[in-house]
Amino acid sequence: MKILVPVKRVIDYNVKPRVKADGTGVDLANVKMSMNPFDEIAVEEAIRIKEAGKAEEIIAVSVGPAKAQETLRTALAMGADRAILVESDDEVEPLAVAKILKAIADEEQAQLIMLGKQSISDDSNQTGQMLAALMDRPQGTFANTIEVDGDSVTVKREVDGGLETVKLSLPAIVTTDLRLNEPRYASLPNIMKAKKKPLDTKTSGDYGVDTAPRLTTTNVAEPPVRQAGEKVEDVDALVAKIKALGIA
Amino acid sequence: MNTLVWVEHDNNEMKDATLSVVTAAAKLGDVHLLVAGAGCAGVADQAAKIAGVGKVHLADDAALEHALAENVAPLIAGLMASHDAVLFPATTTGKNIAPRVAALLDVMQISDILSVEGGKTFTRPIYAGNAIATVESSDPKLVITVRGTAFDKAAAEGGSAAVEAIGGASDAGTSSFVSAEIAESERPELTSAKVIVSGGRALKDAETFEATITPLADKLGAGIGASRAAVDAGYVPNDYQVGQTGKIVAPEVYIAIGISGAIQHLAGMKDSKTIIAINKDEDAPIFQVADIGLVADLFKAVPELTEKL
Repeated sequence: MKILVPVKRVIDYNVKPRVKADGTGVDLANVKMSMNPFDEIAVEEAIRIKEAGKAEEIIAVSVGPAKAQETLRTALAMGADRAILVESDDEVEPLAVAKILKAIADEEQAQLIMLGKQSISDDSNQTGQMLAALMDRPQGTFANTIEVDGDSVTVKREVDGGLETVKLSLPAIVTTDLRLNEPRYASLPNIMKAKKKPLDTKTSGDYGVDTAPRLTTTNVAEPPVRQAGEKVEDVDALVAKIKALGIA
Repeated sequence: MNTLVWVEHDNNEMKDATLSVVTAAAKLGDVHLLVAGAGCAGVADQAAKIAGVGKVHLADDAALEHALAENVAPLIAGLMASHDAVLFPATTTGKNIAPRVAALLDVMQISDILSVEGGKTFTRPIYAGNAIATVESSDPKLVITVRGTAFDKAAAEGGSAAVEAIGGASDAGTSSFVSAEIAESERPELTSAKVIVSGGRALKDAETFEATITPLADKLGAGIGASRAAVDAGYVPNDYQVGQTGKIVAPEVYIAIGISGAIQHLAGMKDSKTIIAINKDEDAPIFQVADIGLVADLFKAVPELTEKL
C-alpha cells in the first residue's frame, strides 16, 4: 500500500502573524516558516502505519513556492520515502490543490491519503473533503485514532459531542486532528539522509489543473481589539462583581 | 436568491446552531431548510416553526441516519439546481459535509463566515483569528459555513413553513457508521451555554480539575470548558476544548481558571460578553482580554468563590 501525505508550508506555529498596513494580507517577509502542524501529525501517522508493516511507501506532496522544498525535506527526514513539489508562486486555493492531489493520487495509485484537517494559515478546513469528493472515495475527518485493516480503515473522529467511529473502504482520505499522535523530531543522520531522497518538481500544468482563484481577497484587517478591564483585590470583590452580572 | 440551510440535528431534536445560520442565510435571500436523516420528521416539524423560513425539505432515509458525508453531499449537490447558496453551521458535521458539496459543484467554499457584506462578499477569520479577511466569490453557487457566535439566533417559533418530503438519497456504499461515544450530560452545551467555567493546565490532573471546576460550574448552572493544554494532558475529554481548533464560544460570562491565554485559546472565547480570569501569574496574557481579573492561587480562590456565591 502507498500512502500519500500532502503537506503545507505555513507561518510557524509560534509566530504571531502581522497584518500588512495596506490591507493586502499577512506579512510573510523574514518570518519563520514550518510545516503545518496538522500535516506533521499526518506524516507521523503514515510513518507509524509503515513501521507496523501495513504500508510500503510514503510519498509527501506539497503545492507551494520553491521553498516548500524545505517542508518536503522535513517530511523526508521524518521518514517519508520520496517527495513531489508542485511549484506555484501564487497562493493555490483548496479546490485547485484537491484537483492536483487527485491527479497525483490516481497516478500513484495511493490507497490512503492523509493530511491535516486544516492549515493554520487560511484555516479553510476543506482540502481533504474536496479531494474525497473529486475521487468519489470515503473520508474520515478530524481523526483521533486510525486503524488500517486489510482493505478498510477504521477512523475514530473528534466531533462536537465527543467521538464517532466510522469504517471506510480503501482507497480513503483521512484528515488528522491534534490528538492522533505526537510527531517525532527528525534525527541528524535522518536529516542528512533526507537530502539524498528523491524530490520531483512539477507544475499544476503538468496535471492539467487550472489554479485561477475563485475567491478574491479584497481586504485583510486586524481583528477588533478587546480592552483589558480591571483587576479586583480579593474573592469578596469578585463575588460582588459576579452577583452584579446577574448570574449568581 | 434562494438559499438552503443544513439543519443540524440528532434525528430527534434540532440543534441551536441552525438558528444562527438561518439569520446569515436571510441576509442573502429566501431561506429553505434541509432536514436530512432517518426518522427525523419531528425535526422537520420543529424546523418549520423557525421565523422567516419559506420551505423545509425533508429527506428521510436510512442512508442519511448518521449524516455520512459520502451519502449526504450528493443529495445536497442535487438540490443546488434550484438554490443559489447552501449554508452550514461551522460545526464538525457542517465542516465535514460542506467542502464535499463544494467540490461536487466545482466551487470554492467560504469557511467560517463572520458577516455578510454583500451578495457574494463575506468576512472570515484567518490565522486563528489574528486577521480578518474580506473575500468575494466569483463562483455561480455559494457554499458557506457560518460561525454561530457571529450571528444572532433566528426566533425558533413564529414560522409555519411547509414540509416537503424529497427522495434521491442513496448509500454510496464506501463508508459506514460504527459507533459514537457522545458525552451525556445535564450541563448546557458549550456552544449555547450562558455561562462557561473553563480550566487550564494549572488544574494539575483530572481529579483536581473535577474537584475544583465542577462545584463552581454547578453553582452557576454553567457549561464546562478547558484549554487545549488541559485536554492534551488528559484532564478532560476533547469535546471540552475551547479554542481555534476546538469549540468557538461566546457566552454571557466566561470564567477562565488557571488558563494563561494562548492565542489559540483566545481565538475561541474572545467574543464572550464578559470575561473573568483567575490566575496566579499577573502577567498572564488572559488578563489583557479579561474584563475582571483576580490574581490569586486558584486552589484557594476557587473554593472560596464557590462557597461565597
